[in-house]
Amino acid sequence: MAEREQKRKQAPSTRDEAVVEETPVAGQGEKLKAELDDLLDEIDEVLEENAEEFVRNYVQKGGQ
Amino acid sequence: MDGVARRADNRGTRVQFVAVSKVCGIETEYGIQHVGGDGNPVTSSSLLVNAYVSEIARVGWDFEDESPGNDARGFARDSALAPEIETHLVNAVLTNGARYYVDHAHPEYSTPECATAAELVIFDKAGEEILRRSMTAAARVLPPSQSIVVYKNNSDGKGNSYGTHENYLMDRAVPFARIARQVMAHFVTRQIFCGAGKVGTETAKAPAGVAYQISQRAEFFEEQVGLETTLKRPIVNTRDEPHADPRRFRRLHVIVGDANLAEVATFLKVGTTAFVLAMIEDDAFGADDLVPANPVSAIRQVAADPTLSASVELSGGRRATALSIQWELLERARKYAETRGCEALGGEDAGNGVLARWESVLHGLETDPRSLAGQVDWVAKLQLLEAYADRHGLAWDDRRMAAVDLQYHDLRPGRSLFGRLGTERLADPDAVERAVTEPPRSTRAYFRGRCLARWADAVTSANWDSLVFDLGTDPLRRIPMMDPLRGTAEHVEELLATCASPAELVARLSGGEKEPTDG
Repeated sequence: MAEREQKRKQAPSTRDEAVVEETPVAGQGEKLKAELDDLLDEIDEVLEENAEEFVRNYVQKGGQ
Repeated sequence: MDGVARRADNRGTRVQFVAVSKVCGIETEYGIQHVGGDGNPVTSSSLLVNAYVSEIARVGWDFEDESPGNDARGFARDSALAPEIETHLVNAVLTNGARYYVDHAHPEYSTPECATAAELVIFDKAGEEILRRSMTAAARVLPPSQSIVVYKNNSDGKGNSYGTHENYLMDRAVPFARIARQVMAHFVTRQIFCGAGKVGTETAKAPAGVAYQISQRAEFFEEQVGLETTLKRPIVNTRDEPHADPRRFRRLHVIVGDANLAEVATFLKVGTTAFVLAMIEDDAFGADDLVPANPVSAIRQVAADPTLSASVELSGGRRATALSIQWELLERARKYAETRGCEALGGEDAGNGVLARWESVLHGLETDPRSLAGQVDWVAKLQLLEAYADRHGLAWDDRRMAAVDLQYHDLRPGRSLFGRLGTERLADPDAVERAVTEPPRSTRAYFRGRCLARWADAVTSANWDSLVFDLGTDPLRRIPMMDPLRGTAEHVEELLATCASPAELVARLSGGEKEPTDG
């Protein structure tokens, strides 16, 4: 981590750009949180009825 | 544009290496579940692919030039272990330039060749749409008691894995040993932004007691370098089958990745890898001290640590986290872009777009990984699983957790958990819709796709590097396409528009009026 800090001091332009990105990312996080709550409310209607059986039956032949 | 023509320095005093354009593609083997079927996945996969292609013009694939047994290290393998070629199975070339077929008991979609990571995201998403339409088409021919469901993932949670492979065009002159050594730093660590996430572990060599892994595929890798793809999988695959002029090009076949649903993850997976490969090609990667001392154990260690705090030993002796290795790779890529430009990445805008996103995602991983739930699959899935476990009081080994994991990858619009998460889109939905039937304009896939769209009846077979026409007169006429960067819209759009028949096209191509596809 110390090494990382040092590198960032050497490249201030890099750090500035990262900070600019922060706001939209955080805003998007809020939106996703709300969507996640909605999804949890309805997830049981979407999920396969019998999780045990669904997971057991999902068997694939190995590929590449 | 000729990818390697500019290698000789104008002053003639030294050879200036210029990386070839990183033409790229993704092949995805999809998971398939036939509810009410006879349990034969080959039959089910064939039915699925057939249902789709029977509604469109279908052209057979030509295997004549394929040699998957050739090894980049310079020897050809004997036929005893050659991958089986299932010619009796459906195998089609689509008008978007893609190949859609059945491989190893899975439906497989290979995108057409693309010039940039952004373009490849569009054609990868178009592949998902083709699989969705295939499920709909299959439902029309199946009895109501049966259905075929497709999953875009890489394992069944029971020790069986199937691949999502990337391909990158490289200069034949680059020593393969250098590629294999240097790219290891990236292949071991890039999973922190392009892993698809997985509940638990499923192989004997995976670390014990791990609730959640960053990558679906990582624990399946047992060797550093090798030719296999189904057994003892190597991190760097040596298959040497360029599908282009073998004197000039190599196709690096990358089998170490996960199938991504998040568009940002696909974009970064391809964009960062193209950058690292261009740097290696130009011998601008820098010191090898970033390469893990033991890549096979390191890739599993990184996968098993969603806290991103574990460090791995590097060949130079120091220890570093995957994140700090990625920061260093980004720094080197930025320096490369500044000094050598981004031509190999598709131009300055394309290259800078990759660098900016690479940086913002690493920054997110460092400061607050949860902020990346809209961009990175393993984070999106982890957040969903944690919220679900929290609400229902579930332990990680509860079957419902594994069910949520699987259903994240379900491609059915109403059932896909990924589809309900509202992740960031990079590809314009209209462009994805067009890409289901239209080829990219930037590579030879344009020539392939447009010829098939116009003259499917006259094309008897197609391959990545050739088209064979039956003009009703002997013999069949083969059009080689040995350079992936020729046969683009820029080269052949006008030619195709002014040809009234395939016979005229072949005559004009062979008459030397214009040779846009002749490598």
